[in-house]
Amino acid sequence: MLGLAQLFAGRLVKAAAILITIVVLNFLLVHAAPGDPAMVMAGEAGAADEQFVAQLRAQFGLDRPLTEQLATYVGKVVQGDLGYSYRQQRPVWDILWERLPATLLLTLTAFLLSLALGVLLGAFAAVQVGRWSDSAITVLALLAYATPIYWTGLMLSLLFAVELGWLPAFGYETIGAGYTGLDHALDVARHMVLPVVTLALFYMAAYARLTRASMLEVRGQDFVKTARAKGLGPLRIETRHVLRNAILPVITVAGIQAGQLVGGSILIETVFAWPGIGRLAFEAVLQRDYQVLLGIFLVTSVMVILFNILTDLLYGLIDPRIQVAR
Amino acid sequence: MASLPQDSATPAVPLLDVRGLSVALPDGADRPFAVEGLSFTLNPDEILCMVGESGSGKSMTAHAMMGLLPKPHVRVAGGSLLFKGRDLVTLPEAEQRRLRGGRIAMIFQEPMTALNPLMRVGDQIEESLRAHTALRGAERRRRVVEMLDSVGLPNPAELSRAYPFRLSGGQRQRVMIAMALACEPDILIADEPTTALDVTTQKQILDLIRSIQARRRMGLMFITHDFGVVAEIADRVAVMRQGRLVEIGAADEVLNRPRHPYTRALIGAVPHGISHRPEEPRRGEPLLVAEKVCKTFHVGGGLFRAGKPVVAGEDISLTIHPGETVGLVGESGSGKSTLGRSIVGLIRPDGGRILFQGTDLLSLSRRGFRPYRRAVQMVFQDPYASLNPRHTVGDIIAQGPVAFGESTARARERARELLRLVGLDASAAARYPHEFSGGQRQRISIARALAMEPKLLVADEPVSALDVSVQRQVLDLLEDIRKRLGLAMLFITHDLRIAAQICDTIAVMRRGRIVEMGSARQVFSDPRDGYTRSLLDAIPGKAWQIPAELRQTQAVAEAAP
Amino acid sequence: MTNRDFWRGFARNKGAVLGLLLLLAVMALAAFADILFPGDPWEMATAPFQPPLSGDALLGSDMLGRDIAAGIAHGARVSLVIGLISTAVALLIGVTLGAVAGFHGGWVDDAVMRFTELFQTIPNFVLAVVLVAIFTPSLTTIVIAIAVVSWPPLARLARAEFLSLRSREFVQAAVTTGQSNLTIILRQILPNSLSPIIVSASLMVATAILLESSLSFLGLGDPNAMSWGYMVGAARTMIRQAWWMSFFPGIAIVLTVLSLNLVGEGLNDALNPKLARSRG
Repeated sequence: MLGLAQLFAGRLVKAAAILITIVVLNFLLVHAAPGDPAMVMAGEAGAADEQFVAQLRAQFGLDRPLTEQLATYVGKVVQGDLGYSYRQQRPVWDILWERLPATLLLTLTAFLLSLALGVLLGAFAAVQVGRWSDSAITVLALLAYATPIYWTGLMLSLLFAVELGWLPAFGYETIGAGYTGLDHALDVARHMVLPVVTLALFYMAAYARLTRASMLEVRGQDFVKTARAKGLGPLRIETRHVLRNAILPVITVAGIQAGQLVGGSILIETVFAWPGIGRLAFEAVLQRDYQVLLGIFLVTSVMVILFNILTDLLYGLIDPRIQVAR
Repeated sequence: MASLPQDSATPAVPLLDVRGLSVALPDGADRPFAVEGLSFTLNPDEILCMVGESGSGKSMTAHAMMGLLPKPHVRVAGGSLLFKGRDLVTLPEAEQRRLRGGRIAMIFQEPMTALNPLMRVGDQIEESLRAHTALRGAERRRRVVEMLDSVGLPNPAELSRAYPFRLSGGQRQRVMIAMALACEPDILIADEPTTALDVTTQKQILDLIRSIQARRRMGLMFITHDFGVVAEIADRVAVMRQGRLVEIGAADEVLNRPRHPYTRALIGAVPHGISHRPEEPRRGEPLLVAEKVCKTFHVGGGLFRAGKPVVAGEDISLTIHPGETVGLVGESGSGKSTLGRSIVGLIRPDGGRILFQGTDLLSLSRRGFRPYRRAVQMVFQDPYASLNPRHTVGDIIAQGPVAFGESTARARERARELLRLVGLDASAAARYPHEFSGGQRQRISIARALAMEPKLLVADEPVSALDVSVQRQVLDLLEDIRKRLGLAMLFITHDLRIAAQICDTIAVMRRGRIVEMGSARQVFSDPRDGYTRSLLDAIPGKAWQIPAELRQTQAVAEAAP
Repeated sequence: MTNRDFWRGFARNKGAVLGLLLLLAVMALAAFADILFPGDPWEMATAPFQPPLSGDALLGSDMLGRDIAAGIAHGARVSLVIGLISTAVALLIGVTLGAVAGFHGGWVDDAVMRFTELFQTIPNFVLAVVLVAIFTPSLTTIVIAIAVVSWPPLARLARAEFLSLRSREFVQAAVTTGQSNLTIILRQILPNSLSPIIVSASLMVATAILLESSLSFLGLGDPNAMSWGYMVGAARTMIRQAWWMSFFPGIAIVLTVLSLNLVGEGLNDALNPKLARSRG
């Protein structure tokens, strides 16, 4: 267990380094945004006279050297100050904090679901290799992998919400129903089904394909021959020997793709009017609210880092060689 | 079928009776059958060695016995495999599975990959017991520890909880043996179980296998390409060639009085025990002097953190005279390749001097070193990895001289000459590497080195990837070229028998140091270092003298591409 | 490998042949868009909200009376052009960085890989959105944004290839025979690492097209170019009244991306024949 703790500590250091770089990148992007930030801010605030702009410049230290501004910026970010949205007349952090739980709920559920179902389907296809069920899973995965998620979302909602009326088409909960306790949880769960399935479907396809390919490859390795030479049954060989080893590359890829999944929430939340950070990003794009957009960039990056630590721990639990390999 | 060799030693009921076994290969393979019309028997309490070169079908036979052929591409096409009277070929899969690992067990060549990396070794052995015995959990675990103890592993209780990556190759092979023997099988099939191991480890494992076989009176089928190993352990020997059995009989008969021409040629190509060639006096000033070369690698480091240090060279000193062949002998990880690569400039040592005709190569800049590149050339180990698959053979040989400013036309012409020199047709220049066999590729590799007109040739295990008959040809070629061109050679090998054949001087390396250096005669007849003695002692089949009339037998003709 | 071997390997994969035909059809649609549907796809062509197969709009019309079929034909251009160019740019960045890291090794490798890892951690779609939003949407900014977020896998791949080939004996032989680093990279290593890079690049075109359509869906497409993602995005709120407005452009995306994925798999089978056979 000491190994896992060490690994975890190592990952935290690495995460911190990545985070600092992202903050710097964020700062550079703020300055790369078109126009004088003070002018933009003034514009956003609705007053663009010279004096106000100069006052803003002084207030935000924009007349200082770039490095000093960077230091100030980093200091503020560390304290949780991500700037101020004049559009919404609120600090960016407050807006994000309010929206974060919905997005975490959506992406984390979709992530775990896609990983679990993807591995399951891929393993099933690998065991059935060459039969019709393998072909069916392969074709479905190929289709799901080629479909833009926002369109899948639209089509699913057209079918299950508009035509069949089984599930709510959008939103986080039934507005004005005033559910509490379990009823509320069930209500949210019903609202979650379509967005989670849509987001998970694409990555599930990816992991299913990967699991299948990985299992077929592992099956050819020497230790599987050893297992067969021991006279073990096919089920035990496939689960204990093949799948366990085949799952490692899938977890690695899942960690790498976590960023895409979190990014995909922008599209899903837009389609399903899910009141999270992704939906906020869409609104910020429409309103050209760069402060909020860059805040989202930072917060989603942190989310991805957390997802990565999660997958690393998962990997460390399965693979005893982890200390040596890294 | 009358012409097939007959198996004379047949008691009433053989343990295993193979009759007319044929194994079919898929369409498009280089021949229709991997094994064709094979018949032999295996009796209780005997060791049958199955010998042959790569592609002889010996491994396929073992896999057929285990029901491990890669179905559906490769399948048994005919004949029967009678185990105690029951035909393994027609037995239902469930029945076969009960025998597999229970009554018939197998160990494989590659101990590094044969164990599941994610499972504790004890659990892997326990799996076998769970499948074939009625033992309960605690009993099973006790049995696992017992087995690990019986194969000579230290701290068996603790070791059973270790993951394979913690174990060395030799230890893993012991675990494999423990696993195979866990259910007390009647037959043990060992498929080249010591080929991937160092010579001293090989000896230990051979001793272990032999003692266990004697204790349990099992039938052991031992597959190998090495006649030394055969001489060490076989009761009976079966020789295979291209899927067919060419000769079978008692070990003494086959080894000392082989009848079939192929067997005679094979035995003739075996490195000649520990005999060595006549000593040649050293001439002139040393060509190359290595002084106190040291090198430490750091494994698994990162940007901010040094990796685990692995000492590959520590205070290595060595002298090579013009025209001399120095053999650098040692087990894997001894640092012999590190020294070779340092001399040709592929590795930069941490310290010491490498003097070539008095100039310290290590003190030179990149540019300053360039002229010396020509003088020191290398022949690599793996004939399949050492030639760029996308270039023609002519280009491969000509690229070096062209890089040194020779005209392309001249370099190409020279390449054709060199191909003839190494025993290939000049037309080979226009072809690609994949059209050639392993031995032919090694000839091309030698031609590439010679194109630079070197004074010193560093040959890093140049024949260890080749079959024994081809090995002999390549060694003969190297010896011939050395004599004709007056080259000095540093010959790196793990095989003392090969070093004995070709070297004037032998340097024995262990853990980054040269423990002994002297003339081949002295090192082999009067070794001074204990490690050298243990190496010599570990040579398989050293007691066996190759029949004198076979020693001059022409090597088997190399297979056409 | 000869051309004949290549095509035999490719044609053994039935899906790949189907994908190639599909892809050729999409390319033809893009090439002949002006002939098939002359005029500006942004112009009103018929009455608004016409369902498919009605009057002169094969696939119906949108809320401003624009012909959906014409939009799809013209959108094919944008998708293919952006997909190809951004992949080319990503290849340039990724392969260069990967090659340098893999060939040089040591601290250079470490530094480049940390940089790559950083870009892989950043949620790439969010970065693309931020970049395009800040630098105002246009074909150029979209291509750059897609390339900037897509190169890391290529860099990792190129690095892995270079790293493994670098220690191969034929490359070491090139070193010992005095060939220059540039010659070794270009003549010895690169040709042997191309197959997997080509395969990934073909799959990356598909991903780039998906990315472009997603950006347009959010209203971050080039305002002057008709694109599939924009069509779906604009029709999103009308889905109850007029399903066809978002359905057909979506089908166009699926088919195009699918065809590229299939072709990529076919290339993989043709360029790595051993792998394909072992996969059964």
